[in-house]
Amino acid sequence: MFERLPDLVNGDTALVHRGRYLSVEMLLQSGDAPYRVVIRDGRIERVEVGAALMRPWRFAIRAEESAWRAFWQPVPRPGYHDIFAMCKLGVASVEGDLQPLLANLRYIKEVLAAPRGLAGEA
Amino acid sequence: MAAALEPIVGRYMTLPIGGRDNRIYFEEAGSGIPLLCLHTAGADGRQFRHLMCDPAVTEHFRVIAFDMPWHGKSLPPAGYHDEDYALTTALYAETILAVCDGLDLAAPVLMGCSMGGRIVLHMALHHAERFSAVIGLEASDHQQPWYDTNWLHRPDVHGGEVCAALVSGLVAPQSPDEFRWETLWGYLQSGPGVFKGDLYFYRADSDYRGSVADIDTARCPVYLLTGEYDFSCTPEDTLRTGAAIPGAETEIMQALGHFPMSEDPAQFRGYILPILERIRTASATR
Repeated sequence: MFERLPDLVNGDTALVHRGRYLSVEMLLQSGDAPYRVVIRDGRIERVEVGAALMRPWRFAIRAEESAWRAFWQPVPRPGYHDIFAMCKLGVASVEGDLQPLLANLRYIKEVLAAPRGLAGEA
Repeated sequence: MAAALEPIVGRYMTLPIGGRDNRIYFEEAGSGIPLLCLHTAGADGRQFRHLMCDPAVTEHFRVIAFDMPWHGKSLPPAGYHDEDYALTTALYAETILAVCDGLDLAAPVLMGCSMGGRIVLHMALHHAERFSAVIGLEASDHQQPWYDTNWLHRPDVHGGEVCAALVSGLVAPQSPDEFRWETLWGYLQSGPGVFKGDLYFYRADSDYRGSVADIDTARCPVYLLTGEYDFSCTPEDTLRTGAAIPGAETEIMQALGHFPMSEDPAQFRGYILPILERIRTASATR
């Protein structure tokens, strides 16, 4: 699903506008699979799939694949409806330099939720 | 054409709290049994506007909501600019009793949400004679924190925006967008450091585990309602708290989160009206 983020985000003018002051590299992880997401001025410039040596990121958001699938349901069940709910539940984690994440939290949450309804049954 | 006016009327009063004058804004609607409402941390009394405009409530209840000092249209006390706001159990309880005295409320029902739901447990335990019942929304004797409150008030993160973005996850996914964003507006508008100061009470000065078992529900009935999507005060937190209070009545609300009265007023109504009806019946037979 994370491969689809450029299409899902960059086509949403309001979302890109909300992230216009953010340029950052974030790591998203689904199970063992890493996705390095390069954000420039609120647009998803590219998503690098798979492990890559010596490529830095500021913060990482990780969850099991099943947790992401539950998160992307049209109406997620309790505990899987928010990234911090998933953290409290112990099925996700947020690490690294959290300043750019928290300074742009609405934007990042909406980027993460962009695939909602597109992920198939949980 | 003249606009249709809502039944809500707002006024100000100045009350001595914590040894200082505090200018307090409150609003009310309806008549009958006083129902004093306590907003969540970092927000204000507007969260209760839907209850105040519901004739099924206001026909029998005088619904009153005040903005805590530092919140909404209430002012922080003079000198605020040289201090960090930090709410405590003692200050919160004193504030509530000052409002009850200031408005000359006779045995009101006390209903609070989140930190308001926490303090009603303290009031039921220590001031049972002052209240005819308490209703705790998203209430528990304690809960596990889920973020570091230092992020809420620092120069490199917008306080209002981060507060709203954090608590946005506490709204149920089913809640109507209009009311979800109205609820979040309270957080977006909140003064710098106010949400953090409220959370001092919530996180550091209100662990009531153990003591809630001493609440006498024969003197002051306790009703607890928590939304299934609340991962801050979880249904498990509320069920544990309810089980510890002999005679407390607890219900988990479907398709609601941490702000039931403001995030989805229609859904909340189905849960709160039967409780208010029972309180009214008990009051009539007393």
